[in-house]
Amino acid sequence: MSVLVYTESENGAFKKTAYEVASYAKGIADMLGTDVAAISFNATDAGELGTYGVSKLHNVKESKLDKFNAGAYADAISQAAKAEDAKVIVISSSADSKYLGSLLSVHLDAGYVSNVVALPSSADPFTVKRSVFTNKAFSNTQISTDRKLVGLSKNAYGLKENPTDCTVADFAPSLNGDDFKVEVQSVDKATDKVTIADAEIVVSAGRGMKGPENWGMIEELADVLGAATACSKPVSDMGWRPHGEHVGQTGKPVASNLYIAIGISGAIQHLAGINSSKVKVVINTDPEAPFFKAADYGVVGDAFEVVPALIEKLKAFKAANA
Amino acid sequence: MKILVCISHVPDTTSKINFTDDNTQFDTNGVQFVINPNDEFGLTRAMWFKEKQNASVDVVTVGGAEVEPTLRKALAIGADQAIRVDTPAVDGYAVAKELADVVKNGGYDLVIAGRESIDYNGGMVPGMVAAMTGSSFVNTCISLEIDGDTATATREIDGGKETVKASLPLVIGGQKGLVEESDLRIPNMRGIMMARKKPLDVKASVGASTETSTVSFEKPAPKGEVTLVDADNLDKLIDLLHNEAKAI
Repeated sequence: MSVLVYTESENGAFKKTAYEVASYAKGIADMLGTDVAAISFNATDAGELGTYGVSKLHNVKESKLDKFNAGAYADAISQAAKAEDAKVIVISSSADSKYLGSLLSVHLDAGYVSNVVALPSSADPFTVKRSVFTNKAFSNTQISTDRKLVGLSKNAYGLKENPTDCTVADFAPSLNGDDFKVEVQSVDKATDKVTIADAEIVVSAGRGMKGPENWGMIEELADVLGAATACSKPVSDMGWRPHGEHVGQTGKPVASNLYIAIGISGAIQHLAGINSSKVKVVINTDPEAPFFKAADYGVVGDAFEVVPALIEKLKAFKAANA
Repeated sequence: MKILVCISHVPDTTSKINFTDDNTQFDTNGVQFVINPNDEFGLTRAMWFKEKQNASVDVVTVGGAEVEPTLRKALAIGADQAIRVDTPAVDGYAVAKELADVVKNGGYDLVIAGRESIDYNGGMVPGMVAAMTGSSFVNTCISLEIDGDTATATREIDGGKETVKASLPLVIGGQKGLVEESDLRIPNMRGIMMARKKPLDVKASVGASTETSTVSFEKPAPKGEVTLVDADNLDKLIDLLHNEAKAI
């Protein structure tokens, strides 16, 4: 019996979230007195999984699974879970993992709790804390099934080193036509940009920018910080920025280390989407903007003056600290 | 084509969240309930299929009589008939089991659900319904076309989008982008009057078991005061972010 973790990779290399879910799985394994096994698809080596407590990697080598396929991945992971007799299976909260989580849950008859933010408060009964009401509250949730499926929120647990020898074994799941009912035709992904999901820092802007033509300075600020760009709902509704950048209750949730909000007043729906970010900075002309109540640091000022000045100061800071 | 739209009855996005009974129950006092926003995009897309491709559109909710105004609103927007499964929606798995039973008995070609509800945010019901009914499943769907028994869908992925083909029967987890915000429909007086005459079928629960349960709720710790930095002293902000917050 072990804890099984699905470690996501891209072009053979593990994503940072893979190390976070591995760290978390090791935390659960220690509570249960067992080891962590991982499953991945077409990983080129075990990477640093051993550093984060993984003892065994089941590596699926199958060219048909180079691209994410929720049906086939869920079937393969469930077979690995059964082979390991895993009672707890850990996945991340990426778009892909959330996609396959519900399928995996049915395959395994495993109670599924997503958006989990901490180690179980109790292993028996198995009780985890998860965010609900779009981060406006938490629920302490009990899973009553024999197998449990836990989806960890990004940045909720962090990386914890637990050096372990990690062996790699090929794993060949038995897949069938039903696993490939959804066929990927094309992928349109901006590979040179930091995504909101992966970003440590997010620079977000709202109606205060007055028009899409003024986003150059937002992108420049993001570029200096190695950040992703995001926006408020009205901005995406008006077509100034793509839907994929909309942060909030009906858009994307953000759990970055630093969230910089420029010209966003801070509607309750927007604040719900960024509650999980650790440090929040607000730049706004209106000192009464509700966002200042949710922020750690604030600058009352005109974005068109503050942002260019901040870019120059950050460039100088980066040069001095390179 | 027969479409079923799964509607979640959720607190309005502006709602303040409170709990009662020693933090074990959501406090509905003073809360306005609405169609879950992700489901509203799906319902509007279903209306497009009804008008352009002659589809029939049913809506379904799992819950007590209190969810009926939400179903009536969906009827006023244009759904043909509504189904309420008469049992509390206490767990994603149990809700999915109830919905899967409706799907199997109704012979639906396409099931549209929101990618998640804005109350419990589990994001598990659409995929579970697909797995339980043996249907294809596309999550975080931002565009959907149907031609015969084949669907072409685009879904949002981290950092971009992906276009997929899938055969019907199909379940999608939809979201903003499925239709534009400006295309969302508000029931007009004629729709509201017609909705009163449309069938709202109350179906007995299949008695699905639950897999999870809420022991208690908590609210986040109160936030401290904001530290304001003068716009002429941005070095101070950088210093705070570097040395105090360790964020850059």
